[in-house]
Amino acid sequence: MLSGAEILVKCLEQENVEVVFCYPGGANLELLDALAKSSIRMVLVRHEQGAVHEANGYARASGRVGVCLATSGPGATNMVTGIATASMDSIPIIAITGQVATGMVGTDAFQEVDMTGITDPITKHNYLIKDVKQLARSVKEAFHIAQSGRPGPVLLDIPRDVAMAYSDAVEVSKIHLRGYKPNLTGHTGQIKQVAQLLSEARRPLIIAGGGILLAGCWEELQALAESQEIPVANTFMGLGSISMDHPLALGMMGSYGLAAPNYAVQSCDLILALGTRFVERMTCNVERFAPRAKIVHIDVDPAEIGKNIRADIPLVGDLKIVLNQLLQKLQPRQHPEWLEEIKNLKASPPPGPKISRCLTQIEVLEALAEVLPAEAIVTTDVGQHQMWAGQRLKHRRPRGFISSGGLGTMGYGIPAAVGAQIACPKDLVVVITGDGSFQMGMPELGTAKEQKLPIKVLLLNNSYLGMVKQLQDCYVEGGRHTATPFTDNPEFKHIAKAYDALYLRAETAEEVEPALARFLKHPGMAIMECMVAAEENVYPMVRGPRGLDEMEF
Amino acid sequence: MRHTFAVLVENNPGVLSRVAGLFSRRGFNIESLVVGETEDKTTSRMTIVVEGDEKILEQVSKQLNKQIEVIKVTDIPDDESVNRQLALIRVAADQSTRQEILQITEIFRCRIVDIGRKSLIVEATGDETKIQAIIESLKPFGIQELVRTGKVAMLRGVK
Ligand SMILES: Cc1ncc(C[n+]2csc(CCOP(=O)(O)OP(=O)(O)O)c2C)c(N)n1
Repeated sequence: MLSGAEILVKCLEQENVEVVFCYPGGANLELLDALAKSSIRMVLVRHEQGAVHEANGYARASGRVGVCLATSGPGATNMVTGIATASMDSIPIIAITGQVATGMVGTDAFQEVDMTGITDPITKHNYLIKDVKQLARSVKEAFHIAQSGRPGPVLLDIPRDVAMAYSDAVEVSKIHLRGYKPNLTGHTGQIKQVAQLLSEARRPLIIAGGGILLAGCWEELQALAESQEIPVANTFMGLGSISMDHPLALGMMGSYGLAAPNYAVQSCDLILALGTRFVERMTCNVERFAPRAKIVHIDVDPAEIGKNIRADIPLVGDLKIVLNQLLQKLQPRQHPEWLEEIKNLKASPPPGPKISRCLTQIEVLEALAEVLPAEAIVTTDVGQHQMWAGQRLKHRRPRGFISSGGLGTMGYGIPAAVGAQIACPKDLVVVITGDGSFQMGMPELGTAKEQKLPIKVLLLNNSYLGMVKQLQDCYVEGGRHTATPFTDNPEFKHIAKAYDALYLRAETAEEVEPALARFLKHPGMAIMECMVAAEENVYPMVRGPRGLDEMEF
Repeated sequence: MRHTFAVLVENNPGVLSRVAGLFSRRGFNIESLVVGETEDKTTSRMTIVVEGDEKILEQVSKQLNKQIEVIKVTDIPDDESVNRQLALIRVAADQSTRQEILQITEIFRCRIVDIGRKSLIVEATGDETKIQAIIESLKPFGIQELVRTGKVAMLRGVK
């Protein structure tokens, strides 16, 4: 007989969980105590949202399931933004929350909140475990659901008396979910049709989305692109699935995407869309999207196919399996004229002109792109710096660009880096953040300090909530900047000092390179603050109702 | 376009709210939803009538299938199925009208399930059109209370 808490820990061990990001409270005392007796590493965070982002960063860097734990009530609700962030980006995490005792559930007890109700729309599935006998089974199911098919977050809500109750149902070897059987192998008839279309296409294009990274099939992607001579555009979430050094890589497409992939989408005659959900940020005006192209949409989630865009050939399956099936059906092929055109697209037009005389975010990020080792992991926060990082970095490491694409959650970058650094202790992990986002994610510097994580925080300080300011420039009458300037930011160097981080600063373009060199080489945590112009806006940009090729520069 | 889905689900607490939540957050219009246990105690069957164009109906079906606790979603076209609703109708009835009401219920093969001093309760089953027709016929007497289930439906056997 084991207690519920011990059963949970045993199940986590069986799933080879090596770390849990946790925060304590009255409703998870037993869970924490049982964890402490195990070999699982416990990382005490500073805010429960951070715990979820850390599990998320860990999952994205490692390709494994991330696990986090909080108490009931406010601890649990603090997790909500993190869970929604993971849900939008299809990241496999298990969020565990303590809950008031089953007898108290439904009475508005102290620190009671209906977590399964709250998280229903933002989890792949969730469980309120009312009986200790169901615990082992639920945990096993949760891990299976989180990482199979289209991955996503699963919540386990464990009432305190369940954690304390004893049971001999401590292990489950097999589970059977009759309502959940993801289709993994592609339909052979459809695969043949895709092969046929590829043989007829003169201007084919691959759009590689986050699904490539989730399915771990960047090698298959590259093999497909090379054997068929197909250029590859990336969605924001797909960045890293092909290195920007690759001659067929076009880079990031979408409303703040680069010109080459956006034009390529609009002028191609066949799109192979791999693991993407055609969100409006990527398609812009969907009526004007890829007017000349047939669309093959391959995804493991059937509900994504036909949701936002018509697909000429829908193909459901795990991308790794489907791409291998497809590769077997293809003869090598060349598209010299199309590639010539693509080459010209990549060469022009030049990036937007610099308007400010001060240091700009682009200058810093381009300098970083030059010196950043290929195997470095980058996380970002949300804002202009995020879009520029997406556009300008080289993305040489698959699963090495970790950013909140779907929800766009400020405060994600630092905790995601903590999670990534724990997953990959030997690798260089750099956070790219703005002064707004930094102040949302800042508490987790405490976690990084305590865990002695040498994360590198590149803080691009424009004293503005820059991305919103850009929207105000575009959409607000008179371009009024309401609630976007920070008129009295804290001295970030003191913050660096408080966290024992090396502090570096660059105010001019000349100072960037030497500072970056020291920053990246420093063995411990470092914060490099760059004082950047606020005037610059992110271009190319496509406004609301326009088509992808109607970019402003 | 109106469409009927039969949705077989795990008989778990919370599954109704998950399905209802899915409809409201995705902006699907539920016309009616009926749920009850099936011959197997571990499953329930929902009959859901939805309004929407083809694209929406496809999404409804796919999103339902995506729910972990949904075991099977079946299309139930009207012309290939048996459809029934049940209505209880309290009609005002005194000595002078009682006889006439009884005649109407006989024509529609309804049943009187309660007789009060000033009213009757009529139980009616049938498809949508029939229920509507009964309600219309009873209206002139004064309907005091009306309650009806949504539709339940089953595909017809192969002939
Ligand atoms: C939690 C959260 N609140 C608000 C927003 C809206 N928002 C998007 S970008 C942005 C500004 C970000 O500013 P900063 O981090 O300084 O980066 P910059 O755009 O200046 O590079 C805001 C407020 C958001 N994405 N997330």
